[in-house]
Amino acid sequence: MNYIEPHGHMVSRTTDDYERMALAGCQAICEPAFWAGFDRASADGFYDYFRQITEYEPKRAAKFGIKHFCWLCINPKEAEDTKLAEEVIALIPQFIDKPGVLGIGEIGLNKNSRNELKIFEQHVQVAQDHDQLVLIHTPHLEDKLKGTRLIVEALKNFPKIKPERVIIDHVEEHTIDHVLDHGFWAGITLYPESKCTPNRAIDMLEHRHAERIWMNSACDWGISDPLAVPKTMQAMRHRGWTPEMIQRVAWDNPRAFMGQCEKFTL
Amino acid sequence: MPDWTPPTPVNLVDLGFMDSRSKLIDLAAFLDRVQRAGQDGDFRVQALKNALTLLSQDKPQRAKDVLLSFSDPSTEPIAQATMQGAIGAFKA
Repeated sequence: MNYIEPHGHMVSRTTDDYERMALAGCQAICEPAFWAGFDRASADGFYDYFRQITEYEPKRAAKFGIKHFCWLCINPKEAEDTKLAEEVIALIPQFIDKPGVLGIGEIGLNKNSRNELKIFEQHVQVAQDHDQLVLIHTPHLEDKLKGTRLIVEALKNFPKIKPERVIIDHVEEHTIDHVLDHGFWAGITLYPESKCTPNRAIDMLEHRHAERIWMNSACDWGISDPLAVPKTMQAMRHRGWTPEMIQRVAWDNPRAFMGQCEKFTL
Repeated sequence: MPDWTPPTPVNLVDLGFMDSRSKLIDLAAFLDRVQRAGQDGDFRVQALKNALTLLSQDKPQRAKDVLLSFSDPSTEPIAQATMQGAIGAFKA
């Protein structure tokens, strides 16, 4: 069965991973801008990174018949340096009209600091000014609950940002209801150890009837699995899911959300 | 979007018991290990022990409550981020 990987950091994956994902049925990969595992020294590093995810990575994916899309931002882990962050945000408009760019992301919070919140709001302003979709990263582990609440509160100050054009990612059992009940989309990340297992993801999907939810592997340079989505689809089969409902989560839902951007075509 | 179609009922105990049993024994062994090493006073170990008490409740929201027990309950942004990673349990 075909599927969409709506959140994968392919710059940190091998070409073999592209091949394995293609063999598993992946038709499209969407790559949010993220932290490189180290702090970049200047905005020039981001200029090159934006070129990489808007120009080079789509060509690499195309060799395996996979369409590649991306999102632009500076990750909240680097937002404490507000001067650097503002220089990077200033770069975004010159890339925003590139063919594969779907919106602003993955913005959000990391340690829930004032500077992170300030830079998050500046990104949302860019999204509002350019009528872009928004993909939001929520903090890790003990910081997730507070960060999710701060993000939802901050978005209330942007009346032109419609909740149905925002996805709040990395939800878990203690944050999913807050996100969905405010009208946003929710992303479940299938990430060993620190985020969500296939069975927990399926529990949440059943609890919320798969409403406005996508699932992703967020595969990056950390311990992660680029085949986490098809493995979860297999677990859904074991748990009695119909093919139609599996397709809804793995294909229809991400397509419905990202299809709000006219550049997302399959 | 199509309406929600519930999954066909399956035996979830058959599917998940052995995996859960294994994880529980692993957790027990971890608690034994850190106690023998005199490290069970660590706040993260205490957070685990506190979370374990939530497993015997009767409502089917144990995962949510465990996650809440590990979470920072405050509501205001902090002045400055002094680290980039997370630990896994909130330290007051």
